[in-house]
Amino acid sequence: MSTWQGTTKAMHELPITESILKIVLTHAAKNDVRQVVNIHLRVGKLSDLEDEWIQRYFDYLSKGTVAQGAVLKIERTPIMLQCNSCAASYPVELAEMGDAACPACGQKDGKLISGREYYIENMEVR
Amino acid sequence: MEDVRLIEVKEEILADNNQVAAGVRKKLGVSNTLLLNLMSSPGSGKTSLILKTIEGLKGSVRLGVIEADIDSTVDAAKVAATGIPAIQLRTGGFCHLDATMVTQGLDALVAKDFDLIIIENVGNLVCPAEFDTGAHKNVMILSVPEGDDKPLKYPLMFSLCDVLLVNKIDYMPLSDFNMDALRERVLALNPDIRMIEVSCKTGAGIGEWIAWLKNEVDAFSVRPKE
Repeated sequence: MSTWQGTTKAMHELPITESILKIVLTHAAKNDVRQVVNIHLRVGKLSDLEDEWIQRYFDYLSKGTVAQGAVLKIERTPIMLQCNSCAASYPVELAEMGDAACPACGQKDGKLISGREYYIENMEVR
Repeated sequence: MEDVRLIEVKEEILADNNQVAAGVRKKLGVSNTLLLNLMSSPGSGKTSLILKTIEGLKGSVRLGVIEADIDSTVDAAKVAATGIPAIQLRTGGFCHLDATMVTQGLDALVAKDFDLIIIENVGNLVCPAEFDTGAHKNVMILSVPEGDDKPLKYPLMFSLCDVLLVNKIDYMPLSDFNMDALRERVLALNPDIRMIEVSCKTGAGIGEWIAWLKNEVDAFSVRPKE
């Protein structure tokens, strides 16, 4: 992957990373946490985030907090479409989305039902 | 060394923005103001389309415009020259608008009795798709010179818009753009999308767009209230 592509995509990672940190610090304060070790995220495959950039922004923003040094573990959840013709739901890969046919009836008119998640599952702390 | 323990968080990362967006939608809904979010790549004709829309709706719809740009006021100046209330939001490097920025834009529009407010989002097919602005309708422009393969590269944007305007159709004779291939790709992502072919230069298709928009504005003002 070229650096150029990484750079253009790295813009909306910043506000998202700020939100992650804010939520993590709120839970850390409530739970008397001294150090956040790992943070488990669920992010839909449709969300155009670069894992590497989220971690870099997180490292930068979290300096001096209990979350400094925490590792973001990102699980990518599948993109699901629901067929408009027969109502079957089926997973698709990002690259084939514009050309995906329903495996049950062959129609190409699926509606997006999931794949856009941005969710913090849990965190490992000391 | 202390043992590592697990804390359940279970929170939506974008919950704050989604909450502000829902608030914007509700507040404008109460005053019967339809908020429309217009998105596209840079240079595909957002400002030209807004100028055509102003021309088409002037006198029948009370219209306001919120322009977003990373760091210039060129677009708002063009819109303001038509006499329509317009404000410019400079996103200061951000590649998209979020609902809080839209709230600031709405506060800056001094008049409050609008039927329709159009947001011209930052030119970009990636980031604006991720952030709910609070709009009731999402519309995107794809221009012919950009190519018919864009739904394959930016599926999220195409999957969440209510209308796709295919602009610059006057370029079709010069181009290998395949409208049928585009339609098939777009419908595979979003069977409910309305596709309208337009040219802001020749005026082709603009009537159909204005008719759709006028119909939406009228329907919005008489819809059953929550």
